[in-house]
Amino acid sequence: MTLKERLPVLIGLVAIAIVFQSLNANFLSARNLTNLGLQIAAMSLVACGLVFVLLLGEIDLSAGAVSGLGAAVMGVVGVRFGLPGPLCALAALLTGAAIGLFQGVWITRFTVPSFVVTLAGLLAWQGAQLGVLGDTGSLNLNDGFIVGLCATFLPPLAGGALLVAAITGVALTSVLSRRWVSAGRLGLLGISGGLPLAIFSADRGVPLAVVLVVGVVALMDAVVRRTRFGRHVLAVGGNAEAARRAGISVERVRIAVFALGSMLAAAGGVLAASRLLAVNQSSGGGDLLLNAIASAVIGGTSLFGGRGSVWSALIGALAIGGISNGMDLLGWASPVKYGVTGAVLLLAVTVDALARSRSAAR
Amino acid sequence: MTLLEVRGAAKRFGAVQALDGVDLRVTAGEVVALVGDNGAGKSTLVKAIAGVFPLDAGEVLRHGALSVVWQDLALCDNLDVVANLFLGRERVRHGLLDELEMEREAQALLARLGVTLPAVRAPVSALSGGQRQSVAVARAVLAQPKVMLLDEPTAALGVAQTAQVLQLVARLRSEGLGVLVVSHNLADVFQVADRIVVLRLGRKVAELDPKAASREAVVAAITGATA
Ligand SMILES: Nc1ncnc2c1ncn2[C@@H]1O[C@H](COP(=O)(O)OP(=O)(O)OP(=O)(O)O)[C@@H](O)[C@H]1O
Ligand SMILES: [Mg+2]
Repeated sequence: MTLKERLPVLIGLVAIAIVFQSLNANFLSARNLTNLGLQIAAMSLVACGLVFVLLLGEIDLSAGAVSGLGAAVMGVVGVRFGLPGPLCALAALLTGAAIGLFQGVWITRFTVPSFVVTLAGLLAWQGAQLGVLGDTGSLNLNDGFIVGLCATFLPPLAGGALLVAAITGVALTSVLSRRWVSAGRLGLLGISGGLPLAIFSADRGVPLAVVLVVGVVALMDAVVRRTRFGRHVLAVGGNAEAARRAGISVERVRIAVFALGSMLAAAGGVLAASRLLAVNQSSGGGDLLLNAIASAVIGGTSLFGGRGSVWSALIGALAIGGISNGMDLLGWASPVKYGVTGAVLLLAVTVDALARSRSAAR
Repeated sequence: MTLLEVRGAAKRFGAVQALDGVDLRVTAGEVVALVGDNGAGKSTLVKAIAGVFPLDAGEVLRHGALSVVWQDLALCDNLDVVANLFLGRERVRHGLLDELEMEREAQALLARLGVTLPAVRAPVSALSGGQRQSVAVARAVLAQPKVMLLDEPTAALGVAQTAQVLQLVARLRSEGLGVLVVSHNLADVFQVADRIVVLRLGRKVAELDPKAASREAVVAAITGATA
């Protein structure tokens, strides 16, 4: 996506910052922005998976439920079977991937709309989550690894080293794929990484969860833009028939994307559970799914397929999370909060639809 | 040298005899125009040659690779020209897309074919109809075929854009390819074809030399009126 396409959401972010800061002086404080980073981490990963699905022109309504079930599986294998934390998290990811694989195969094999299959999945995986959690319906997490995902803060020096490594990584992939990134862009990257680094350092340090999310988003962005698989995802989303005639296995691309999307949803569930220090029956429920979809779309990923970027998940999550965080600071009631979030989503989708009809009119 | 030969092609769809004993040859460096009224069987013949479905009778002999430019183009509007040209055949280096190599090859290919575009990194949606058609043809050329089949490449184009595509067809011929082009436009056909094959109701009713035959003769063969 070009900077011009990003402009609406960037202006929106600035507007959110100005409005809420003028209403509550704590909004832009280092402490609150660090909290915001932790609040949107899980949602960003779910949104990241949804971006892939949206790029295909499909939808995944089961993403929230899958994140909840993934977290429940993680909790149960840890508490009941005593597996170490990393293996529990892996179990969650595998659960997500398996579910996505199943849904993807079902969607392509029987040509059922993804809307329907994942809506059925939403119910089924919610049920599975209740079943896995059992009678108590809630598990407290105390594994050091899992809890540490959201409770670890890196010292400024380590954060700075990571930023330098990230910029080097971008430059390196650019060299490898021989698509030059200008020094200006690298500088922009430095600023957009340096600013949060400075903010986090003024508080508790750089949250590990934020580092993980940014890392995943950057990796997935590289997958979309620099690999053959990513190119094929964009092609299928743009014109599936053209992709098929070009010899691309459209079905295989679709199935892989649903598997990847659900795996990222489960990863989001792991982070959410880590932050909550628990898994319960409402994990992955509530407004998580809609906020994640809203994040992807507000960030600039089209609901109509073929257009968008993985970074939009993070940028959109920042907007949605910022609004929600700001309204919480002001103590606004739920009816107002839901109304505002709904209006913002409607606005973003309308902008998307208008952009699409304008490009179709050309 | 014969690159493509069709012998006694027959195809029936229910009650419709779409092809009925059609013979056809395309040799290297030759443009053969396939004309006929709506429903004459032109697209059916192209699809049979491309192997989209089997023939009921007859055979298709190919000497060398073949690519088809379908009437509906099949480009991805959201991708740029380079990405469309290399779709499904991406150049990869160290596991990542080799954009530089693809861009170089694209520039060279377009220059060779005499196709001028505003920018190879422009999304295809920003191109004119003629430019899009040229990209579709270039895409087919990239597969290094010996024979190219074009189904109505100028149907939706204006005068200047049609000229652009016809020039491209002539360029393919000068490179030694055999070209079979379906067209409704007799002006185009007379301008670019070396031979005109007329289908009517699934039968080949005439094979004419555009230098010798009159336009009236072609029209008569298409409609079945006695000239
Ligand atoms: N898949 C199909 N099923 C049934 N009938 C078909 C099919 N494809 C073609 N036909 C019939 O075969 C005949 C020839 O069709 P074809 O598409 O080859 O015509 P054409 O010469 O390409 O016409 P046009 O100029 O309109 O493109 C028509 O009567 C058409 O209805
Ligand atoms: Mg036809």
